[in-house]
Amino acid sequence: MTWETTALVIAVTAPFVTAVLIFALGERRDAARSGVNLAGAALTVAAVVTAAGAAVAGAPDAYPTAGIALLDIGFGLRADLLGVLFAVIAGVLWLITTVYAIGYMSRASDRARFFGFFSVCVGSAIGIALSANLLTFFIFYETLTLATYPLVVHSGTPAALKGGRTYLTYALPAGGALAVGVVWLNLLTGPVEFAAGGSLDPALATTHPGSLVAIFALLMLGLGVKAALFPLHGWLPAAMVAPAPVSALLHAVAVVKAGVFGIARVVLEVYGPLGPELGVTQALAVVAGFTIIFGSVRALAQDDFKKRLAFSTVAQLSYITLGVALASPIAVAGGIAHLAHHAAMKITMFFTAGAVAEEVKAYRVSEFDGLGRRMPLTMAAFSLAAIGIVGVPPVAGFTSKWLLGIGSIDAGSGWVIAVLGISSVLNAAYFFPIIHRAWFRTPKPEWAHGPAAGRPEGDMRMIVPLVITAAIGLAMGVFAGMDLSPASWAQTIAGWEFPW
Amino acid sequence: MSQTDLYTLVGSALFVIGLYALMTRPHLLHKVLALNISSSGVFFVLVGIARRVGGPVPDPLPHAMVLTGIVVTVSSTAFALALAKRIYTETGTAALDAADVDVGESLGG
Amino acid sequence: MAEWIARQLPALVVLVPFTAAPLAYLLGTGFGRQIALISALLSQPLAILLAVTVVREGELRYEVGGWGGPLGIDLVVDGFTAVMVLVTTVVGLFVTVYALGYFGNRERYRFFWPLWLFLWGSLHALFLSGDIFNLYVCLELVSMSAVALVGLTLRREALVAAMRYMLAAILGSLFYLLGVALIYGAFGSVDMQTLREVVRSDTTGQAALALMTVGLVLKTALFPLHFWLPPAHSNAPSPVSAVLSALVVKGSFYILVRLWVDVAEPMAFPGVSTVLGVLGSTAIIWGSIQAFRQQRLKMLVAYSTVAQIGYLFLLFPLVTGGGQAAADAWMGGIFHAVSHALAKSAMFLAAGTVLARFGHDRIDGLGGLSRRAPVTAMAFGLAGVTMMGLPPSGGFVAKWQMIRASIESGEWWWAAVVVTGGLLAAAYVFRVVGPFFGREVDDLDDADLNAGPSPWTMESAALVLAIGALVLGIVGQPLLDLIMVSAPALVAGVTP
Repeated sequence: MTWETTALVIAVTAPFVTAVLIFALGERRDAARSGVNLAGAALTVAAVVTAAGAAVAGAPDAYPTAGIALLDIGFGLRADLLGVLFAVIAGVLWLITTVYAIGYMSRASDRARFFGFFSVCVGSAIGIALSANLLTFFIFYETLTLATYPLVVHSGTPAALKGGRTYLTYALPAGGALAVGVVWLNLLTGPVEFAAGGSLDPALATTHPGSLVAIFALLMLGLGVKAALFPLHGWLPAAMVAPAPVSALLHAVAVVKAGVFGIARVVLEVYGPLGPELGVTQALAVVAGFTIIFGSVRALAQDDFKKRLAFSTVAQLSYITLGVALASPIAVAGGIAHLAHHAAMKITMFFTAGAVAEEVKAYRVSEFDGLGRRMPLTMAAFSLAAIGIVGVPPVAGFTSKWLLGIGSIDAGSGWVIAVLGISSVLNAAYFFPIIHRAWFRTPKPEWAHGPAAGRPEGDMRMIVPLVITAAIGLAMGVFAGMDLSPASWAQTIAGWEFPW
Repeated sequence: MSQTDLYTLVGSALFVIGLYALMTRPHLLHKVLALNISSSGVFFVLVGIARRVGGPVPDPLPHAMVLTGIVVTVSSTAFALALAKRIYTETGTAALDAADVDVGESLGG
Repeated sequence: MAEWIARQLPALVVLVPFTAAPLAYLLGTGFGRQIALISALLSQPLAILLAVTVVREGELRYEVGGWGGPLGIDLVVDGFTAVMVLVTTVVGLFVTVYALGYFGNRERYRFFWPLWLFLWGSLHALFLSGDIFNLYVCLELVSMSAVALVGLTLRREALVAAMRYMLAAILGSLFYLLGVALIYGAFGSVDMQTLREVVRSDTTGQAALALMTVGLVLKTALFPLHFWLPPAHSNAPSPVSAVLSALVVKGSFYILVRLWVDVAEPMAFPGVSTVLGVLGSTAIIWGSIQAFRQQRLKMLVAYSTVAQIGYLFLLFPLVTGGGQAAADAWMGGIFHAVSHALAKSAMFLAAGTVLARFGHDRIDGLGGLSRRAPVTAMAFGLAGVTMMGLPPSGGFVAKWQMIRASIESGEWWWAAVVVTGGLLAAAYVFRVVGPFFGREVDDLDDADLNAGPSPWTMESAALVLAIGALVLGIVGQPLLDLIMVSAPALVAGVTP
């Protein structure tokens, strides 16, 4: 086993081992648990970065791989460019979120359970990123479904249990549809490995067009729930009952992006040119376009801060889906870049929601008047992220939307420009009022003079991570032209994906 | 009709009679007896089959099976009776469902 | 010595528990526990060696006492047998460890040890039997020891449940024996290897097969003949419940599969396998709905068994397709039996820990269990993953193969049943597991029931079994390969 392969295996197993250790340590040993958790996250980051280095250096046939025999496909891991991008995002943000969560959960109960399942979720997300074939992908995908449940219901309130039930009502039937789709596809074509440019035999489009369309529909039904495609998005706002770190890392990054990442794998690396040929990706693009407008409109009407963010996520995820579905290298690059950009910005916003809720007990947008005085760093980070999501340069969101726009013209789908335009206006309409309230409205009297003298504006374990993620979001935009920025990375990937 | 067929018919009839009693009689002692009648029916069939080979000496294998079967039946009957008795001492009725048995039928008393 | 052991393996796996059983009875409670543990530990390498030998050398035959057929008893081991022996041995070990804590040294449960060892040996003998009459004897041995174990507590409900179970079991055995008699009458042999060559699809053969099937279906508790199972499995002491649901129902199922797929395959007609499949599907739906409606945890788990047995019977319609579909159905059905054995025993053991510690198993009263008993809550939850058939569990691989077989044979409705059943299982599993994460209810006060249980071993035994079922979906390939060793002609010739 080469050291790249070892890194690949460690990247996937380290979070699971961390989880086992956390469960074994139990509820009382907080210091040991935090140490194990941070060490596990750091090891994971080191491993994914090493694997990423090998992927960047290697050509598609020299990617590190590992696996064992299982059924006719095998349980296989592979560090390819697309996979390591998602794995690096999940790993790095996990490390940052762990710090945040240690602060956020310091007074909560059932911490061992929380951090244990959190690690399982991250491990599953990294497994999803590094799966070499559909079977392995599906195994991690469903593990993620299950491991998220205890986190959604963590508080144990009736509302939380209800949110958990809603989540399962969407997620489990989706898993069933995905399972049937994967089995069927495997039967039709033999073992389905992911391969840049698509792995299906082009002849199938003429021999089995009906089956291929039905399988695509089943797969999208399964993946669309996590990707929050309309009308499968209903669980995401309901899942906002979860603690802030869960909303931040899982419901803005790991879980939801596992869905869009899966869509990218299926569209680009399984169906490839067959997607546009069968007309299925065009249909997917329309659904994604509608979801963008729908999510943005619904976000406008939300006073609950986290719910507004959740509907914003619904819309933003479909940017990625839309980019992937457009069958143009530039649009695909835009979509994949947005996967990274949105992650950094939205996690900042959810961190903000948690920090604000913990510090000043404000949960609704209407309670944010003058909050910028009380929590200046936090709201500055939030404002930066919001500007980025709206698509104002130089923050990251601008780059991905720009690529998407050019890509849609390249793909001959001019209507997408209209969707992007309307959506940007709506994004501004639901985020700018928050910024306006925070900075320009008269604060409550006790907020007028900022945090109490000599005290920070909140628990620094929560403030520092959100400042860092906001800075990452800014840096991704400012340095978009550099070699290893997500935007250039996405363009390299898109280059591989379109040999046709 | 050959001897084997006759035995098979009679055995099957016994089996069905036992089955019928098992289903309709609520009293546990009746149920145990019903199973005994059914198993006798099965043994009848087996004994008859031993004659199937023809000739002066019957096939010994079915006889061996019947002997084994009898051993099994005797032990399981003993066990079932002990269980029924225990149920009677614990519940006061010798039936699976107390409502099934009226006092007059309660043989165990 | 090593070679001698290798040759005697088929006999040894039966002899070890059968020798330990009377010893455990004669020496009493204190020694009985130790003898059971020694027997359980000794069985592990034997079962593993047996599996390894079968993989290396194919089917093994062993003539007991050197007599040989037709009068002697032959033991036959193929992949199917070796898998069943292996899962019995592994589940048996953890149940034994659990029972050490559960029953402790209490004198009133002294008969548990000999009866359990006797049941264990009988199961092994059943799986190894080479002729259909010996199978009858083993069936009876299994049933009698199982019935006695159900009534072990001498509680009123347990006694009645045991009696109901016993009547159903004896009746099932008699149906089976009548079928054996007719087979011998028609074809002149009870040896399965011989029968495989000589059976024909005539009236007597079909009548015999029908009688045997009815008897075995009753003993396997396939819907609608499942009436005896929920009371028996839920009223038994929890280690016994685990064994009954995990292993004992699989005994009669094993014979059914042997008969239909292996021995009497030429007699098999699609109509009957469809009927078995439809009954299995109904069992999945009906059992799951009933499970969802239960108020007591052990009843829920018992009805879950009724539902999961249904999946086993999907093997019959799916295997008749032949070719790759048959092989997939064969692997899926047997793999389901294996992963269900691990997960269901974990569930019953976890339920038993709850019952022993809190004095009740009312589902409404289990809120907040993940805080009060995290290991047990985790064991139950992980076992639930296998019930739902979600990855990475063994249940997933089983269902994957079943869905595959149904698409391959063009009978997609079985796949629909499999997926629906998984969702229904999720409904009843989460009905229990959801509140584990909820607010604590007052009912979770430790009931100071018994002296000196060792909760550590009890809780871990359940957790280890649940984890075993869970990882089976990733590391299960060697078992799938073992299942295919010397597989029946209908399913052989195709590799996974």
